[in-house]
Amino acid sequence: MSEAVLTPMPMRFGSNSGQSVTRRDGIAKVTGRATYAADNRPDGMLYAVFAPATIARGRVTHLDTEAAKAHPGVVEVFTPKNRPPVVGDPDKKPFMFAIPLELLQDDTVRYAMQPIALIVGETLEAATEGARLLNPQYEVEPPRTGFDAEPARRAAAGPFGRPAEVVHGDTEAGLAEAQQKVDVTYDTPAQYHNAMEPHAIVAKWDGDKLEIDTPNQAIVLSRGFYAYYFGIPPENILIRSPYLGGGFGSKAVPYSPLLLAVAAARQMGRPLKLVLSRAQMFGPVGHRGATRQRLRIGIDGEAQMTALDHVSTAIVDSFDSSFPEPAANASQGLYNASSLHSLMMVVHNDIGVPGAMRAPGEASGSAALECAIDEMAEKAGMDPLEFRLKNYADVEPGTGKPFSSKALRECYAQGAQRFGWAGRPLAPRQMVDENGFLTGWGMGTALFGAPMFAAQARAVLRPDGTGLVETAAADMGQGAWTALAQIAADSLGLPLDKVEFRSGSSDLPDGGVAGGSGHTATAGGALHAAGTDAIRRLGELAAADPASPLFGTGNQGFVARDGRLYAARDESRSEAYADIIARAGGQEIEGKGSAARPPEDAERHAMYSHGAVFAEVKIDPLLFQMRVTRLVGAFAAGRIINPKLAESQLMGGMIWGISFALHEEARFDKRTGRIMNTDFAGYHIPVNADVRGLDVITVHEDDPYVNPLGIKGVGEIGVTGTVGAIGNAIWHATGRRIRHFPIRIEDLLSEG
Amino acid sequence: MSYSISLTVNGDQRRVELDDPRVTLLDLLRERLDLTGTKKGCDRGQCGACTVLVDGRRINSCLALAVTLDGADITTIEGLAHGDALHPVQAAFIEHDGFQCGYCTPGQIMSAVGLIAEGQAGDDPERVREGMSGNLCRCAAYHGITEAVIDATRRMAETTERKSA
Repeated sequence: MSEAVLTPMPMRFGSNSGQSVTRRDGIAKVTGRATYAADNRPDGMLYAVFAPATIARGRVTHLDTEAAKAHPGVVEVFTPKNRPPVVGDPDKKPFMFAIPLELLQDDTVRYAMQPIALIVGETLEAATEGARLLNPQYEVEPPRTGFDAEPARRAAAGPFGRPAEVVHGDTEAGLAEAQQKVDVTYDTPAQYHNAMEPHAIVAKWDGDKLEIDTPNQAIVLSRGFYAYYFGIPPENILIRSPYLGGGFGSKAVPYSPLLLAVAAARQMGRPLKLVLSRAQMFGPVGHRGATRQRLRIGIDGEAQMTALDHVSTAIVDSFDSSFPEPAANASQGLYNASSLHSLMMVVHNDIGVPGAMRAPGEASGSAALECAIDEMAEKAGMDPLEFRLKNYADVEPGTGKPFSSKALRECYAQGAQRFGWAGRPLAPRQMVDENGFLTGWGMGTALFGAPMFAAQARAVLRPDGTGLVETAAADMGQGAWTALAQIAADSLGLPLDKVEFRSGSSDLPDGGVAGGSGHTATAGGALHAAGTDAIRRLGELAAADPASPLFGTGNQGFVARDGRLYAARDESRSEAYADIIARAGGQEIEGKGSAARPPEDAERHAMYSHGAVFAEVKIDPLLFQMRVTRLVGAFAAGRIINPKLAESQLMGGMIWGISFALHEEARFDKRTGRIMNTDFAGYHIPVNADVRGLDVITVHEDDPYVNPLGIKGVGEIGVTGTVGAIGNAIWHATGRRIRHFPIRIEDLLSEG
Repeated sequence: MSYSISLTVNGDQRRVELDDPRVTLLDLLRERLDLTGTKKGCDRGQCGACTVLVDGRRINSCLALAVTLDGADITTIEGLAHGDALHPVQAAFIEHDGFQCGYCTPGQIMSAVGLIAEGQAGDDPERVREGMSGNLCRCAAYHGITEAVIDATRRMAETTERKSA
């Protein structure tokens, strides 16, 4: 144990963190110099295009490989007959988050858009045409599509190792004793991530060494996947992922098309690029599964909830079923009901494997829950905010655990104030604006867990007094290049411009996964620990050096600030890093750090980010065209490292909420099992003109328990709460409860 | 068969020998001219990530066949800044945090430059939103994009006024 005792973190923390530092990758991104995976073009590179299945279930009986091969510029056509070899078994699931893959191991088709062949060409144009010429013939089996495809059955387990069912108390008894009840069913559709950057990979082999450019949210974890499937040690693989053109959960681990491209590159002995088309994003690369959610709520005479029962049926694929959209989980942890029950059910369809999409479970679950809560408040004759406050949970419902922090009351108060919620008429269809548009106000509570994963980092103090920090983190737009560098600079007691931050590459310490709203806390925690370790070593050198003004001060600890180390209780004694290092022999000083949440911390406290979202909609009384005209979100998410970037992310999340409520839906053709709208003309996401009146408040929250930095994360919570708020506002404007999403004009036009 | 066209790309005269008539302007820029700032998001004119200026007008470069553009003057995101001096629209996008992942950003910026040149939106937020709605942003940085376009519009108008004064 060192005699150098470090001063507690807050004493020297915050000169960089907490500042709205402009994105450090901003210039690269506005000048076109930011290099995304598909921008790479190594010498001698080939282009690959995969041919997608055009049926949802059956077998490929014929491919016109001769026609494809005869096309000028086509150099190879891979099918199950000559598939490029892989070492790992595509049908196995060797890791957490792995799914069974389609690597041309046989001729079966289990979902539309599944790769059934890979065409390699000297040019993109040749490979693309080659894929068209294959003209696949099939033995078609009737596809299973929709909730009626089979009776729902209980899920074996939830995603992320969660149980399929959670029971606290007896909801049947709670419902039986209730004075008033709602029993409602809400449907949410399949949604596809559709990052603007399609999945892409450029693979280059050199013997048994592999270099990959690909957007990836969990770089070191994914390196293990490539190592397994290609039978080489992870150290032989370099993944570069400096910029992701969005991820949203779909770029966490490699999917079939990417692995197929790497296998083909090995077989061809040349570098190879594969980029998915927009349509190919609807199948092999994950999606948010559709849900049908039944919510039963009971209240007593005081409007106190006696039961909250949430059963969610999710549509899953037919061959893995590992990811039932965990919507029912959303009812755990929020409202103080005296009994709670959530259960996941599944219905199998012939679709690609669903996966985590921004706020997995929470987005769909919150949409249904917040609308059902609104229905309950209506029955109770109460204002929806008053009803939520009446059922406010001061400890985690069910478990009784204290919250690590919970500033939800402040979110409600500040959000309501900013929005002007007071005076809202209780009954629907009371407000009309100056243009005659029906106007409605609705609200929803936002909730998202504050997880941590595991990450490592390295920090170096250089002889010139500057710093270098490294972790294989991923910036998919959330701002990791900036926020993590801010944390790292603080941990080294240096200004931001004196710290070099390396990230986005698999040869760096494992930065964990950019997902679950846990990346800043986790990778940031590791960086903080690494910097702290480097400063500790520096302090040991100074305290032991008779020539240093800090000689002998090790027992009182140090403050590191602006490149100088100060004695904690006597700041007249200090020395510059560079001077300490020079006298110690001029060697750089290395610190290492890691971060993960100790299980006992998770046992002791329930940890969530909270928020409140208020929505105004205006609706044409004849055409029923809907506009979200104002959206105010107040969120409490612990320490905010970069307010500007956090607000951007929260706004982005809220716009995802608009999208969920009014736009997004993959529509399946029941006859063929194919998605009918596999492009942006048919799969609607908000455009600029759909977005106005956005207002985000970050509510101050100190959390001493969640992690040493007090960070909870803001990536996903913006989606939650928002969907319900909009649905409830539409009811308030029209008096119509539409119990499915997205809500469309025709829903309001129809008699109801 | 080869098709020879001449283009002005970001001010440089280029003679381009095309071995394939199917090559789009987007793929020409990205795969043959090493100008990868222009992005492919959908390849069918629905997302705007590939927006460039052709003879001063904003177009979706994925929908334009290169062989049809003989003699055209093309500006891409790489041609906007003068050395280290950013174009006002580029600077405004950074200042207003008008992007997150950055993938749609070159298209957004080229579209904004085109919109401002069209002079049809001015600094009216509603018209700016409408005029920028051909450019999708999945990160949904629309709030910052709108602010950036309005801010850049005003700054460019001021510069023009100063010059003409």
